[in-house]
Parts: sequence; structure tokens; C-alpha cells
Amino acid sequence: MAILVDRNTRLLVQGITGHEGEFHCRQMVAYGTQIVAGVTPGKGGQCVCAGQVPVFDTVEDAVTATGANASIVYVPAPSAPDAILEAADAGIPLIVCVTEGIPIHDMIRVCARLAREGVRLIGPNCPGVLSPGQANVGIIPGRVGMPGLVGVVSRSGTLTYEVIHALTRRGIGQSTCVGIGGDPVIGTTFVEVLEMFERDPLTEGVVLIGEIGGGDEERAAQFIAERMTKPVTAFVAGRAAPPDKRMGHAGAIIEGGSGGAAEKVAAFEAVGVQVAAHPGQIPDLIV
Amino acid sequence: MKLHEYQSKSIFALHGIPVPPGRVVTAPGEARRVAEDLGAPVAVKAQVLVGGRGKAGGIQLAGTPDEAEKVAAALLKAEVKGLPVHHVLVEAAADIRQEMYLGIAVDRNLRRVTVMASTEGGVEIEQVARDNPQAIKRAVIDPSLGLGSDQALTLARGIGLADDLYAAFSDIVRGLHEAFLACDGLLAEINPLVVTGAGDLVALDGKVVLDDNALFRHPALAQMRGAGEETPAERRAREAGLSYVYLGGDIGCMVNGAGLAMATIDTISFFGGAPANFLDVGGGARAERVEQALRLILGERGIRVVLINIFGGITRCDEVARGIVAALRTLEPSVPMVVRLVGTNEKQGRAILDASGQRLIVADTLVEAAQKAVSVMQGDGVANGDFG
Repeated sequence: MAILVDRNTRLLVQGITGHEGEFHCRQMVAYGTQIVAGVTPGKGGQCVCAGQVPVFDTVEDAVTATGANASIVYVPAPSAPDAILEAADAGIPLIVCVTEGIPIHDMIRVCARLAREGVRLIGPNCPGVLSPGQANVGIIPGRVGMPGLVGVVSRSGTLTYEVIHALTRRGIGQSTCVGIGGDPVIGTTFVEVLEMFERDPLTEGVVLIGEIGGGDEERAAQFIAERMTKPVTAFVAGRAAPPDKRMGHAGAIIEGGSGGAAEKVAAFEAVGVQVAAHPGQIPDLIV
Repeated sequence: MKLHEYQSKSIFALHGIPVPPGRVVTAPGEARRVAEDLGAPVAVKAQVLVGGRGKAGGIQLAGTPDEAEKVAAALLKAEVKGLPVHHVLVEAAADIRQEMYLGIAVDRNLRRVTVMASTEGGVEIEQVARDNPQAIKRAVIDPSLGLGSDQALTLARGIGLADDLYAAFSDIVRGLHEAFLACDGLLAEINPLVVTGAGDLVALDGKVVLDDNALFRHPALAQMRGAGEETPAERRAREAGLSYVYLGGDIGCMVNGAGLAMATIDTISFFGGAPANFLDVGGGARAERVEQALRLILGERGIRVVLINIFGGITRCDEVARGIVAALRTLEPSVPMVVRLVGTNEKQGRAILDASGQRLIVADTLVEAAQKAVSVMQGDGVANGDFG
């Protein structure tokens, strides 16, 4: 089992003929992900990825022809919000958006729409979702993972690979690895992913990788205290970060004295979650 | 991107928010002329992007044009909280009866724009939020409905505003919301919003923070970025497409990915080292970018060792290794370099480093890299014999 994506996922790639889209499409197909269609307006009728993936002009056409049930968005930031909404309008229930640099006000409008319509968005500015051995939707290097029983959820990209890699090296496999994205306004938060892992019968524990900025980690801690029965191990990046400086991710900033790592670590420790001091400690803390 | 007070007020004025008459100047003589035009007394305000400017002496009153010139001359030579003053805003001094706070920001947790108002103006809103949270009234805006006039009224009533000011206050709330959306703001603040002796509402100070991700559709606003917001190194980094924050220590860091870059400086700190910077070289880092990043790191004072931590995904380790070797040949740094390359094409990357003849300390894991960087400065790293 896994959450969000598995071998039954029929994936559509938006922005498939772009540099990023095409490159990662090949990687995902090589991993064994079922990619059923691509969309690039004006390029309908082509086939990409060694002729295996048909391209359509619109998401609606692609869904009608192929029964796609999930979409990954590689469309550049100025058009990505519209691409997400187009997928939602065509009835796609799960959208993963890798695109970095989408204006926050666009995401506020998009998230409000998707929430009303019950569409699940992962990201934006995220590495995607990997269910090892089943499907890889995004840009996580698939070979760092291995199938297993630990769920991973993270606001970061390469730090997520680092942690998955560390787990795999120690023989700790993963059920699903979810990168929720480093922006201040994202479609899916820690709490929602924790809830999915809690319900997933084959996930036995969770590794949560947070970072400075916002209050998502604090709410996750509260959820863990109130609702989680499975053990959670955490790491919070940015203990050494100064206030009022954006640390790369649009959302990673300590503002007005809040969003610092110390408060987040304290919130986790207060509810019995073990917090690693550095990523290398995470595998040691998993029981 | 943060805007100066005078820039923020020019945006406010475009959206119908009353601001004191005034002009921004760069020379004391101009300050005198503005004071003459306005009629003294005037406030002379240093334009620096830092909070608590007033308390630090950055805002001075002048009773005459002479005095305005003198005060401006002093401010333009001074530093306010360590920042140089390039501009001063000279504006008519206000007759203040009451100070309030009005702000609008994105509430990340709610994923909504939120308007905040408080009668406790003139102090930092974060301070009020900590000491007296009841004093702040909020209105959360539904993006599909926009700001309702009822919401502005509820705020006015909530902070106990006199009835005769409701209409003027509502107009200002509406204007601020309009300005905020029009410029893709992350924050727009009027602090203080004052009631004058004559019973008018005026925005006495202004602060706007723009969403850098939206500047592509606001070319005029993008040009407002001035000197003083960034250090020269931060500006070079932005122009090179690198994400960079100077931290002041002696271990320079080059990492791909923001989260991993933060985790790297955390790990260095954990092992007792002092990271000099946060630097995200970005995804798919090409040789040229690697070189720019190294140049930037080595350009800071006091760097005693450099740690390069690359987890290859889209980024290929061989490409990064070529960049490192090219950069080292050009820059010939005198400090030791600790390199950890893992992920896509790591074997090829390592082979390129080995064949380069450069003296590099190679590490397998982040922990090992951090430990080596810290110990090499304490003088025992070389003894490990890990030069590649």
C-alpha cells in the first residue's frame, strides 16, 4: 500500500514538451510509472518519450481519451496556476505541481477553488510524490528509495532525497515519500499527509522534515498528539538561520519573531516526537 | 522585496489613501526647499529598510527651513541601525490626536489575505500580538468575494473608532486592500494611521513588502529596488540566480537545494563550526554557476574552509565536479575545500575530482563533511590523509 500514488495511478504530464517536462517524463517512465498522456496546448497529436506518450492540446481531451486520474505540472510559473485549474476543471482528483516561483496571490485563489471542489493539490514548488516500487510522480531520484513501511513527508527537495537516501542505506524502506513544497501557500499541509499515513494500513511510522517559517509544524505536533497512533520522527531545518532572511524557499523565513526552529522543535518534543539534531541522526531515532 | 516609506506612500496615494504632503530628497538644500514649500514644521525621515527607525534617531522634527536643511544634512551623513541613509523624506508634520495600526498580509495558515487593525499604533504589531492580542481585530478575506464593506465596518467598530470616522476608515481599508492586490504584496502596513487634530485620518508611515515571485508582472515596481536592501554579495548572488544569505562565520557553504543548504549549516553548527553563509546553487547547477557561487563565497572576509555538499537529482555530480575544477583553476583558493558529491553520476563526478590534481578533502556523508570542515580548521583534518 501507499498513499496518493501507486501502480494504479494513470498519470498525465502537463508541460510535457518543455525541457523539464520531457526529461522527467523519461525518468518517470523508466521508473515504471504509468504515464498515459501529456498536454501542451498547440502540440496535440504528437507522441513523446520514444513515441510512448500521446500529447493532447487540453487536459479535457487527454482525460477523455486516456482516463488519466492524476496530473503532474511542469508548466512555468506565469501559466502554472491556469494549468492547475484546467486539470481540476477536467475532473482530475490529484494534481502535483513542481513549478517554483508562482506568485502567492495566484496560489491563494487556486487553493480556495480546489478546496471547494475537493481536488487534492500537492505543491507547488515541491519534488513530488514517490511510492517506491510503484510510481514516481515528480523529480525525486527514484533509485534513492526502497519499498517499505515508513512514510516520509517534507517541505524540502534535495533534503528529502538526503533523508530517503539515509533511510535506504540503513535498510529502512518507505511506503510513500511526499514533498509538500517550500512555498508559504501550498495545497496540502503536514497535517493532511499525516492523516493519510495514519489511515494507510501499510505505513507503520512517519518521518517529518520541517523547516523554519509559518506554523505548519506546530499544527502537525498538535495533530500528532491528538490523533496519531503511529510513531513520528522529525527534523526541522534552519536551527542556525537568522531572523528576517528568506532561506531560499519562499516560505522559509522567520518573521516577526515567529516561525523559528526552536519553537517547532519544542512543539514536537512536547508531544513526544523525537527530533533529530541533524539529518544523519534520523535513522537512529526510528524505532 | 521591501519598499521604502516614500515608495509605499506613493502606492498608497494612488489608491486614495491620504498621506501627508511631502517629497523625498537626497541633498540638504532640497530639504530646505521642500520645507519652504510646505511651510514648517516638517518631519525629516531617513529612508532605511529597518524597523524602529524613530527610536534610533532616524526621524527628526524641524521647526524652520533652516533647521530642516541642518537635520537633513546630519541624517544623510548618518547611519541608522547600521544602514546608510541615501534619501530623506521631508513632509508636513502632523498634529496627532490618536495613533492606530492598519495592516494587511497573507495568513499562511489560513491561506487567506487578512486585514488587521488595532488602536495600539506606533509600536510593532508583533509586540502587540504578544502583549495584548485582544487589541488586534482581524478580517479574513474570501478570495472569491473580496473585501466586504461590512468587514471594514466591523474592524472600525471592533477597535472602538468614533462613528464619524467609519466612512473615512472604510475607504482607507478598501484602498489598502486594492493596493495590496494590485502590487502583489506580501505585507502592506500603515503604522501609525493617525487621527489628526482636525479629525482627519492620515497614513503617517507606510511599509510594503512585495512578492519577488510576482515582480515579472510589475516591471515598474521591480525597478524600485534600491541600494541598501541587499549587501553587494547578496546583489551579485541574486543577479547570478543564486540564493544567498551571509551569516558571518568562517566555513563557506555551497549546497544544491534550500532545505539541504539549511540542514548543512545546521549540521556544521551542531559539530561546533560557524557557517559563513547559506547558499543554494539551484537545481541542475551548471559548471558556470558553480564557479560564480565559489567566487561569491571566497569573496567574503574570513573564510577559512569551504564545504561543498551536492545531492544530485536533476543536478549531475559530474557537471558540478567540472564546475568545481574549473573554478579552482581560475580562483586558486588558499583555503581547504571539503567536497561531498552523492546521487546522479556521483562516480563520474568523483573521478573528475580525483583526476584534477586539486587538493580536495572528500566526504561520503553530510555528517562526515561537516566534521571534516570543522576539524580541518582545528588543524587535525590534514592528518586524516583524505586529500583526493
